[in-house]
Amino acid sequence: MTTLVQSEELARCVRRLAASIVDEVQRGGAGPHTLALVGIRRGGVPLAARIASEIRAAEDIEVPVGTVEIALYRDDAATALPDPKIGPSVIEFDVRGKDVILVDDVLQTGRTVRAAIDCLLDYGRPRRVWLAVLFDRGGRELPIAPDFVGRVVEVAASARLEVEVGPEGELLQATLEEAE
Amino acid sequence: MSNESRPFMHRHLLDIESLDAQDVLHLLDAAEVFFEISRRPVRKVPTLRGKTVINLFYEASTRTRTSFELAGKRLSADVVNISTGTSSVKKGETLLDTVKTLEAMHPDVVIVRHSASGAPHFIAERLGCSVVNAGDGQHAHPTQALLDAFTVRRRLGRLDGLTVTICGDSKHSRVARSNAHLFQLFGGKVRFVGPRTLLPHHAESLGVEVYDRLEPALEGADVVMVLRIQRERLAGALLPSLREYSRTFGISERTLAAAPESAIVMHPGPMNRGVEIEPKVADGPRSVVLNQVEAGLAIRMAILYQLAGDAGTAPPS
Repeated sequence: MTTLVQSEELARCVRRLAASIVDEVQRGGAGPHTLALVGIRRGGVPLAARIASEIRAAEDIEVPVGTVEIALYRDDAATALPDPKIGPSVIEFDVRGKDVILVDDVLQTGRTVRAAIDCLLDYGRPRRVWLAVLFDRGGRELPIAPDFVGRVVEVAASARLEVEVGPEGELLQATLEEAE
Repeated sequence: MSNESRPFMHRHLLDIESLDAQDVLHLLDAAEVFFEISRRPVRKVPTLRGKTVINLFYEASTRTRTSFELAGKRLSADVVNISTGTSSVKKGETLLDTVKTLEAMHPDVVIVRHSASGAPHFIAERLGCSVVNAGDGQHAHPTQALLDAFTVRRRLGRLDGLTVTICGDSKHSRVARSNAHLFQLFGGKVRFVGPRTLLPHHAESLGVEVYDRLEPALEGADVVMVLRIQRERLAGALLPSLREYSRTFGISERTLAAAPESAIVMHPGPMNRGVEIEPKVADGPRSVVLNQVEAGLAIRMAILYQLAGDAGTAPPS
């Protein structure tokens, strides 16, 4: 296992990602009252919280943050059940009319994002759904494209790219494990 | 809540005795996930698309059957209900023949309620799919005990070391038996209270304490579970009159004064208002009767989710 992105560089990626979202808010693309963040369990959850606090610091607005669990929406649900790491989806705000940014740490095939969109829509009809990812590593298997990207990385399709999270939800580093 | 510790390794859910505390916690934690789904605008997830669930009910039941049916439907499974009133069982088909017929339909989960204790076990040994016991005779009603535990944990914030008083006809009650097993898994003290004629002879082997007076049984109780008094017990001469039962063992504001202020009141339903439970208590702030119904749906979704998948299930036990 090797470190792909160290903590300082990782923090810069997060700030860059948050800044591009703040830019969008300032340009009027998403109103301060319609913007909402939804982290995809589990990697997107601490990231969504970080982005929310960056937006709070820059714009002094409180963005509602939710969580979606995609295990129940997987396209391989019939053969992959049951998932022992399943957790609850938590969306305590009304998504109708909102500009929702789905947040995940790593984007690869796009299957997780597809499932997350389906889950989100069961809570109501947002005005718009965007996708923010910390790392885009390519390798899409569905027509899914991110709207906000922290960094594009080139890694082997079979390698495991993971963002390590500390006990307080702090993003520590990104690691890469080559397949044998 | 940690449900990452170990997968649920059972193929069937037939009784609480087959489970350990970790299995129970695993199901309760999963049920928390499913509890939330029934409160969304769209109360359905695509998880069990293409799976088939058969409700095989040999005994009248509205709430349990409906609860299982809705649980399956909210998971997008195809759910078929077979009840004895409308099936070939009435025409004299044996249980084994019914089972073989069902097997040919390739179900993923069969849910069984039967008046004979052990019928779900009989079916589980002969069917190639998962079997859930939805109540068999006087033996077990594991999903009721699990939904009760889920309700208790949500309301009291814990399951460990609770004192649970079960009032009424514990002799004939599968609900009492399954709950006694479950709460003892968590170091709980379980008490049965009722007229001598309605208390089981083998209570000691169940590990429960037996009381024939309500007041001492309620002292220090965290949970007061009220069982339904079945009118046929009158005909069987086990009870002199409903009125007398109600006065001596009915849970009312007066009798409940013996229990701590914080004790909650449960009832598996359907309630005989004015017999085993006073309407004021049933509708009062300490009653969690409707929470139990909501919990039942979440627990049954969690069970179907665990059992209907292909992965993670153990070979036939």
